[in-house]
Amino acid sequence: MALFALRRLVLAIPLLIGITFISFMVIQLAPGGPFDYLRGEESGQDSKLVERLSKEYGLDQPLHVQYWRWLTRIARLDFGRSFQPDARPVLTKIADRLPITLFINLIQMFIIVALAIPIGVASATRQYSLFDKVTTVFVFLGFATPDFWLALLLMILFGVQLDWLPISGLRSLNYEYLGFWQKQWDLLSHLVLPVFVVAFGGLAGLSRYMRQSMLEVIRQDYVQTARAKGLPEPVVIGKHALRNALLPVVTILGLSLPGLIGGSVIIESIFAIPGMGQLMVQSVFSRDYPVIMGNLVIVATLTLLANLFADLAYGLVDPRIRFAGRRRRR
Amino acid sequence: MRAARGTALLALAALFALGGGGRKAAVAAAETPAASEKTASGDTFVQASIGDITGLIPNITTDAPSHAVGDLIYDGLVQTDKDLNWVSAMAESWQFSKDCLTLTFKLRKNVKWHDGKPFTGEDVLFTYKTMMNPKTPTAYRDDFELVRDVQVLDPYTVRVIYSQPYAKAIGSWRTAMLPKHLLAKYVEEGKLREAPQNTQPVGTGAYRFQEWKSGEKVVLVANKDYYVEGRPYLGRIVYRVIPSQATIFLELKARGVDMADLTAIQYARQTDYPAFKQDYNKFRYPGSGYTYFGFNLKDPRFADRRVRQALAHAINKPELIEGVVMGLAREATGPLRPGTWAYTDKVKRYPYDPAKAKQLLVAAGWWDRNGDGILRNKEGQPFSFTIRTNQGNEERKKIAELIQQRLKEIGIQTDIQTIEWAAFLKEYIKQKRFEAIILGWGTGIDPDQYPIWHSSQMGSDQLNQISFSNAEVDALLEKGRTSCHQQERIATYRRIQEILAEEQPVVFLYFKDALPAVSSRVRGIKPEPAGIGYNFIDWFVPKHLQRYTSG
Repeated sequence: MALFALRRLVLAIPLLIGITFISFMVIQLAPGGPFDYLRGEESGQDSKLVERLSKEYGLDQPLHVQYWRWLTRIARLDFGRSFQPDARPVLTKIADRLPITLFINLIQMFIIVALAIPIGVASATRQYSLFDKVTTVFVFLGFATPDFWLALLLMILFGVQLDWLPISGLRSLNYEYLGFWQKQWDLLSHLVLPVFVVAFGGLAGLSRYMRQSMLEVIRQDYVQTARAKGLPEPVVIGKHALRNALLPVVTILGLSLPGLIGGSVIIESIFAIPGMGQLMVQSVFSRDYPVIMGNLVIVATLTLLANLFADLAYGLVDPRIRFAGRRRRR
Repeated sequence: MRAARGTALLALAALFALGGGGRKAAVAAAETPAASEKTASGDTFVQASIGDITGLIPNITTDAPSHAVGDLIYDGLVQTDKDLNWVSAMAESWQFSKDCLTLTFKLRKNVKWHDGKPFTGEDVLFTYKTMMNPKTPTAYRDDFELVRDVQVLDPYTVRVIYSQPYAKAIGSWRTAMLPKHLLAKYVEEGKLREAPQNTQPVGTGAYRFQEWKSGEKVVLVANKDYYVEGRPYLGRIVYRVIPSQATIFLELKARGVDMADLTAIQYARQTDYPAFKQDYNKFRYPGSGYTYFGFNLKDPRFADRRVRQALAHAINKPELIEGVVMGLAREATGPLRPGTWAYTDKVKRYPYDPAKAKQLLVAAGWWDRNGDGILRNKEGQPFSFTIRTNQGNEERKKIAELIQQRLKEIGIQTDIQTIEWAAFLKEYIKQKRFEAIILGWGTGIDPDQYPIWHSSQMGSDQLNQISFSNAEVDALLEKGRTSCHQQERIATYRRIQEILAEEQPVVFLYFKDALPAVSSRVRGIKPEPAGIGYNFIDWFVPKHLQRYTSG
């Protein structure tokens, strides 16, 4: 097992380098450069400035040289500074944005899991019942509704008409003057709408998977056996069937881990939430290479790690995989 | 949606690059609030901004939000008044020598930096040196390129000597003055961007910096030691970054923000209900930028002036303004902002007249030779071309469609193509691979537009993208920028406008109106040719109407 993990880890390094190399090249294909904002009126003179800055940051070098320099810096964990006028370190910029995105995504994922699994199980065990049909319509409605449209409608209803919830942002203007619990409530009330919109849209996928997986499992012989033993139905479903039905769902959840740090640009823009999605899009538009690459490295690393963990977790959870692996290696 | 917003922002940045900041402009407003209440300090003013700031030293940023915030934290030696004339700010007075080569400033003696240190001539000299330091990443160096020397005669007298007369000399000193005692070290090392003052600025302006939460908000508080006694009134300013136009509007409706720019449809239709009118005052005045329909003058068809004039006659400008911005714009007759001192409307006009357009085209050798309704030249080639504009700007796309329709009626076939902004610039504009374009220019405070119209500015990185060349305009532009006497310059710029109207190197379409809405509890706003922002420090909220604490 340890050997397997180690081998996968070593293999991940060239993969990571490959990912960053291709990203580095692709980013440079886009027209325009990071210092174009300095081209002012009399561009003759300002072109010189852009050239000088480009030289200072090594942007005049051939791409493979630039990439090598970048790679050697990253190897020392030096992510550099942003090319924007504020010139803040890339890691600070990311650290500013990451917590809120992570927080929203975790809550959203929690809600999706907490709702999708019961919905899936219930509609599988009562297949073609009224409940099944209603939830099917409901989750597909969520899946099909454009999130920006739903967001605006909810903002109009709860923010403008009813005035129950704040429309956008993360904190109220008087946030600093609030007590501890009021602060938590303030933050929470700002997050209700965005989290709801994201979760509503994501419910369909997981609940359908859960339903499908459960349908397959309850037709298995061992479920039949459990029923024949005279076990009560909740035990049959909750203990014997659910555990097995959860396996594929766990895989999907594992794959969505790296997505946790990438924010949704549309949701963040509409609700004015300063998260990772906005940071990434802005850095792409301003050709802020260090920030783009820094972001990519983190996402790529997390994706590879998540894959690795998913594989390892499989082995732990499912004895069949564990034993099959052993037999093969012998 | 992503691409749309990005290009719009970039387009805006490009537009503002010319104006050097892009301040609001000119002539008459729709509604004026009664202003006879007792002034009071305090309250918080929440302003919505579609983009975040990029830094807090405005001398090295180029985007509009950074300059809006920077203008409140920093001051220059001069500023513009309600008619866009230069008036004193930190300089008490100034004087030009007769030959326009020497400019002497008398500085105010009661100005303090936000950290308590006095502001003196040394800071002026330092700011000049910072702008000229080759290591300073600034887009505004050319403002000071003609300065030969800056001398500090005494702590409150500064003399600037120019190597040749420079029309924009006085205006260039509105540049934010920077504190020598805090920044000298960083400028020398070429690390101004990394200075702590780029995130914790210290200026001399009406507002002190309090905090910047990246992507969320910038908070400023009133500077109690400001050199204008008792000002500013508004106690705290919050710039809230809200990247979605739709959200800004909803926040406005819910009274979450106190000031925001409206779109034409919001101004005309969606805010026309009693509750909104009670909560907000809407203002309307011509903005500082115009939209044009331009031609590649290297193309032999467009090199013929009669063809350009014909196209101008074929376009129905009032219809365009009605259809695209619901009538909330003013017809442009030339490149200068209506209501400013150099502007004239006594130039050749091109009313909608398809018959006249056809007549001019016949004279230029284009008519329907085989009865199929399409204009052809004597080689039998049809008159057809592509109109290109940047993606994500719905307004320009609509203009293209309306123009396409009108040109079709006189027998000219056109295609429309919209291209992502960066690619559009690189592949089409810079390489001059276009026939016709729809774009806009921002106009600065000074009428000098040398980079756009002078024949020496046709390089691929330069702004005379349409390759306009006219010996008389060249001479006038050179004359206009080397004079410091306004009367003399007026004649020069009037003549330039006459020639441009006659030549129609581009069809000047319209100056779009700026349409801000401001909370009705804010008093002291007086719309003028310069817009409403010029007297921001005089804005106040009467005590009984104050909504927030000022922090």
